Amino acid sequence: MQGETTTGRQETAAPAIELRGISKAFGSVQANKDISIKVARGTIHGIIGENGAGKSTLMSILYGFYRADAGEILIHGTPTQIPDSQAAIRAGIGMVFQHFKLVNTFTVLENVILGAEDGPLLRPSLAKARKLLGDLARDYELDVDPDALVEDLSVGHQQRVEILKALYRQADILILDEPTGVLTPDEADHLFRILRGLKEQGKTIIIITHKLREIMEITDTVSVMRRGQMTATVKTAGTSPEELAELMVGRKVLLDVAKGPANPGRTILEVRDLRVRDENGVERVKGIDLHIRAGEILGIAGVAGNGQSELIKVLGGIKKGTGSVLLNGAPLDLSGRAADAESRREKGVAHVPEDRQHLGMILDFTAWENLAFGYQGDPAYHRNGFLMDNDAMMKDALGKMERFDVRPPIPTLQGKSFSGGNQQKIILARELERNPDLLLVGQPTRGVDIGAIEFIHKRIVELRDAGKAVLLVSVELDEILSMSDRIAVMFDGRIMGERDPDQTNERELGLLMAGVTNETAA
Amino acid sequence: MDYATLLQILDSTLRLATPLLLACLAGLYSERSGIFDIGLEGKMLVAAMATGAVAFYSGNVWIGALAGIGASMILALVHGLASITFRGNQLISGVALNFVASGITVLIAQAMFGQGGRTPPLDGAARFNPITLPFADSLASVPFVGPLYREVISGHTALVYVALAAVPLTWWLLYRTRYGLRLRAVGENPASVDTAGVSVTRLRYSAVAITGILCGLAGAYMAAGLQAGFGREMTAGRGYIALAALIFANWLPWRALGATMLFGFLQALALRPDVIERTIHVSIPVPALDAMPYVLTIIVLFGFVGKPQPPRAGGEPYIKER
Repeated sequence: MQGETTTGRQETAAPAIELRGISKAFGSVQANKDISIKVARGTIHGIIGENGAGKSTLMSILYGFYRADAGEILIHGTPTQIPDSQAAIRAGIGMVFQHFKLVNTFTVLENVILGAEDGPLLRPSLAKARKLLGDLARDYELDVDPDALVEDLSVGHQQRVEILKALYRQADILILDEPTGVLTPDEADHLFRILRGLKEQGKTIIIITHKLREIMEITDTVSVMRRGQMTATVKTAGTSPEELAELMVGRKVLLDVAKGPANPGRTILEVRDLRVRDENGVERVKGIDLHIRAGEILGIAGVAGNGQSELIKVLGGIKKGTGSVLLNGAPLDLSGRAADAESRREKGVAHVPEDRQHLGMILDFTAWENLAFGYQGDPAYHRNGFLMDNDAMMKDALGKMERFDVRPPIPTLQGKSFSGGNQQKIILARELERNPDLLLVGQPTRGVDIGAIEFIHKRIVELRDAGKAVLLVSVELDEILSMSDRIAVMFDGRIMGERDPDQTNERELGLLMAGVTNETAA
Repeated sequence: MDYATLLQILDSTLRLATPLLLACLAGLYSERSGIFDIGLEGKMLVAAMATGAVAFYSGNVWIGALAGIGASMILALVHGLASITFRGNQLISGVALNFVASGITVLIAQAMFGQGGRTPPLDGAARFNPITLPFADSLASVPFVGPLYREVISGHTALVYVALAAVPLTWWLLYRTRYGLRLRAVGENPASVDTAGVSVTRLRYSAVAITGILCGLAGAYMAAGLQAGFGREMTAGRGYIALAALIFANWLPWRALGATMLFGFLQALALRPDVIERTIHVSIPVPALDAMPYVLTIIVLFGFVGKPQPPRAGGEPYIKER
């Protein structure tokens, strides 16, 4: 009896997860280097770091996707081998991936039991899962219709299915990778309530994120990773966003965009009753009016999929629409022969697309080729008016890469060899150096490191200060609030309202993003 | 068209639809697991050859059919190796195996029997013989239903009934069992299966193996049921028609039955141009009837009849992401 009690006490004292000296290399790249960390049971632990800092690799090791080259994993004080996901599940680890691992054509129940069925026939497992889901929904606000098809659920509900999957497998350690990337502020709040509820029940939660605000709001302790190493683990209560940012990047970072007051001039872009249909004939933009003046940034806030993408694509000439759009007082062709990206470029519209890896560049092509795309007709790139002048293009590319701090500044590297931030800098260099009248920029800092975010924001503000018009589409409210001179919120293809960034807040914008127009809230 | 002729045509329909149905269900398992298999034709062909040869030597059609299944399985596993283990292009692997099958069957048959790439004619126990279902004769006098039962339902070889039974069995397996759930999941989103701790590779191999078995049965039926021996290119594109039927059926088992019966009916009509001419007083060229399955499939692909929903991960080798 005595012995048992002692063991029991030791187990309570042991951290839920302890990593000792974990190292993992991919070829010559040291993704994780001698990482040690303890996560106490019943706490929410944040792991923060820039892209490529090794967070995901570390979590993949914990979930059995990779085997560490060296080091030890202890679960509740017991050294545990995790050679595959099955072993991770057995050890009580559940993972909610950034990109959900759900079968869209299955019901919620089917997704929950997949891989954790009780026997060769489905019926008993389905019945058991239905009951358990009911209990979980009551206990943790995790309500989802068990018979709904996953593809019909909102992103927030799909994420709940992922959490339910982990809980159905009796996970007591839950890892969430960038859980709020696709959620509205309301959905994120709901998620945090769920996580707090789980914590109270003694579950241990690890959140991987690059959003400082979330770390501050939800975690008890936070570990910072930089270049494969764990640089610090601190109590959240005893730190600040500024300190964390500095730990992540290794130098002081300006979190707020340094920008003076706008000095708007004449109207550059005027949009009236713009409508856009998608491939299936569904109207995605339902009559939008907006204008942008010279020297001004108009931010479009909204949850992804509310027509922002279509708006920016029509203006950029890669989608057709109806209505009237005036650029510098002259109408733009929205549906005819000149409704293409090349005609837009000739008129002084630059476009940094949302989907940078598909629309912004060709990943298999080199940096110097990518730096010329769209402008390949430029006489400066040609000899004798016919042959491409590769030397001139190379020289031009090198200059742009240096001015935009693209690392490494090697024009012959393929696009895919650059990090997300550097890919974005390549596209910005190509578009901004053409000195456009209007810049359309979608999700400029999605998947971009904090250090590069600062640089990209600075360049966009510089363009504004040079008297150009900027249309900024972003799902990051922080970005919208700090960059914009005016904010328009889109919901279901319409603009729900316009706000002054200095006189609004996330809560109000969040309501507009959810389609709630309560003028008294303003 | 009188009732007796209709019964004759329906009887042919069932016989001609059987290899299509077996091959279509074969393709269903593979494609539901995310492995496209354009090589149904080749697998049927090697199975037909192996069945013809072994049934001739052994004098036992079931031993022949086992040999056919074995031959088909070999091709299925090569396809699995290429597309699952080595993550090759599934279409190219399938096409290559079809060419191999087309050549090697004739080569071996010629080397063994020297009859111009045929196997010798089968008879007696070396063939699948018709089975008369109970009461077929005693019920024959019941109007309408009696003749239908005796002429169309009864009197087929065992594999016809095996093929028909495979439809509900496949449905049950897909929608009522753990294996089916995982099989459907791996063809839609293999990452969901992988992160649930289930092996994508093993699941897909198992599906490909079932494809091998069913194609083997289809080939055995061709050589020892529909015909009496293997002949050069005897499958005559049935593997492709089965694929067309699979699309037509939207990868669903019961609809696969419907699609293959429809295509079998068209093939049966093509055998009786006289009946068509007598019935509608227009002569339709036989090649036009032969082309109908493909025409119908293209209409389905255009999306005129609901949207086809192929398994979403089909054709893509699974590579674990970080």
